[in-house]
Amino acid sequence: MSELDIQIPTTYDPFADGNAEDSGAGSKEYVHIRIQQRNGRKSLTTVQGLKKEFSYSKILKDLKKEFCCNGTVVQDPELGQVIQLQGDQRKNVSAFLTQAGIVKKDNIKIHGF
Amino acid sequence: MADDNVDDVKEEVPEIAPFDPTKKKKKKKVVIQETEDDSVDKVPEKTESLSASDGLEIPFAGLKKKKKKQVETSFLNEESAEAGGEVDDHADEDGEGEEAGQQQQRYPWDGTERDYTYEELLGRVFNILRENNPELAGDRRRTVMRPPQVLREGTKKTVFANFMDLCKSMHRQADHVMAFLLAEMGTSGSLDGQQRLVVKGRFAPKNFEGILRRYINEYVICLGCKSPDTILSKENRLFFLRCEKCGSGRSVAPIKAGFVARVGRRNTGT
Ligand SMILES: [Zn+2]
Repeated sequence: MSELDIQIPTTYDPFADGNAEDSGAGSKEYVHIRIQQRNGRKSLTTVQGLKKEFSYSKILKDLKKEFCCNGTVVQDPELGQVIQLQGDQRKNVSAFLTQAGIVKKDNIKIHGF
Repeated sequence: MADDNVDDVKEEVPEIAPFDPTKKKKKKKVVIQETEDDSVDKVPEKTESLSASDGLEIPFAGLKKKKKKQVETSFLNEESAEAGGEVDDHADEDGEGEEAGQQQQRYPWDGTERDYTYEELLGRVFNILRENNPELAGDRRRTVMRPPQVLREGTKKTVFANFMDLCKSMHRQADHVMAFLLAEMGTSGSLDGQQRLVVKGRFAPKNFEGILRRYINEYVICLGCKSPDTILSKENRLFFLRCEKCGSGRSVAPIKAGFVARVGRRNTGT
């Protein structure tokens, strides 16, 4: 009887960690958060790769309000819509997106220095 | 983390945390000078968080091993009961603390009833390993990266002077490293006549360091054995990393610049 219970742990995936670490060629769809320098000390943050189903304008509105910065949604011919925010909001955006459940933390890639 | 300096506290995402060569440590035993006056029980916590946040074995140089040793021993003299199990109670008699292993009370748990901590046992096994098989003890830090030398050119450009050197020490093509750096920094740049990398924008040395660190993690270090002794090759449009040490291989993501906003000319967006 009790032997049956032993089978339960098999649902544990021993490779789960390995897969999570796998930075290999684009198996995952990442949301890329980047920073770009502008003139002087100014910079801007771009968010690329959010799912198309989301309303970019709504997310942008929340982001702008939350971080008190301006921003736009840019249409890129190849990459689709990209959110642009003023200033270095990388950590803010990452925290916001995970907290709001829009993106999982593993799927966010923060670039920059 | 909590007891760290200001520059550490403000950074929460380990990936983009500022790099500070003085905090970098390889072995558990390395204790930084300034922690000496801190209370001892914070030390293990600190080393733990450090090692968790960087998967990278290659240190940027500037840390002198010898110095560290001295620091460590002086630390041990003061607080022989702690410091992550590398402890020798006779360190003060022996001065160096390295030869103290032969003494009768060679482990911190000697003469006590308590259980050994994992750290202590780990320290013990590494001490034995160092005595008998130094090459296995993880002291194989043959690749030591020098910190990037960064100069300002005018107000808007930054020169990465020893870029080529660092590429060579990583055994990577300058093109590949450059593509990664530029993509990550979201800027443009090129090599100048002296093979220095000139990029647009202002960047501090630690900016380059942070990005190189990520480059190494992604495109140099073998995930299996942590060896930086790897070859990056392109096989039918995919990049593969093959380890010279253990022979394992993995595919790595191609470098993509991704979205680059149009900046300058007084309009941020559109
Ligand atoms: Zn390997």
